[in-house]
Amino acid sequence: MKIYVTSVFVDDQQKALDFYTGVLGFAKKHDIPMGEARWLTVVSPEDPEGTELLLEPDGHPAVKPYKDGLVADGIPAASFQVADAQAEYERLRGLGVTFTQEPMTAGPVTMAVFDDTCGNLIQIVTPAQ
Amino acid sequence: MGDVFKALADPTRRIILDELTEQDGQTLFEICVRLTSRHQLSLTRQAVSQHLAVLEEAGLITTRRQGRYKFHHLDTTPLAAILERWPVTRKGQAP
Repeated sequence: MKIYVTSVFVDDQQKALDFYTGVLGFAKKHDIPMGEARWLTVVSPEDPEGTELLLEPDGHPAVKPYKDGLVADGIPAASFQVADAQAEYERLRGLGVTFTQEPMTAGPVTMAVFDDTCGNLIQIVTPAQ
Repeated sequence: MGDVFKALADPTRRIILDELTEQDGQTLFEICVRLTSRHQLSLTRQAVSQHLAVLEEAGLITTRRQGRYKFHHLDTTPLAAILERWPVTRKGQAP
């Protein structure tokens, strides 16, 4: 068994695609019309055959309270690995991304948390060398 | 004043204040990460929330909602009241 897709709930699929590709740098993998919504996934250009991230519509009534509760307490919806969390923090800040947690070294990792503009907080993590 | 002493009497709450001294304005998530990764204190989020509530009641932290996020800030003002009541003077120092 392996993880082939994982998801984040987004408030607008097109806006999410723009942010996840244009700002974060992921590449679009699948974009299949599914009724009102799309089966829309992105992958890392570093690992195009790797785990896909599904940008899933957050229309279900249970989702918004869940997302709001996590965001208020600063809890990330997903966590991505980067080569240098400090450098990525500075790059994303330069693109206008809002961080709720600045880079912090905690045990074996350096991590930071930012707002994906689609209703989620996302953590970036760099394992210690 | 009693609340300040009660709030400071707990070692976990003193560590929370230490971590806010190092980096002011933290989310609940960041405070929890710091407690577990730096101090090996594996408390539940509910337990950390309760500690934060005690500190807030004592006036030692304030919470600020910014948009959809909630941040915790250190406020050492209540500590000044202790020094006003019992001023610090060193031995041999003129009062």
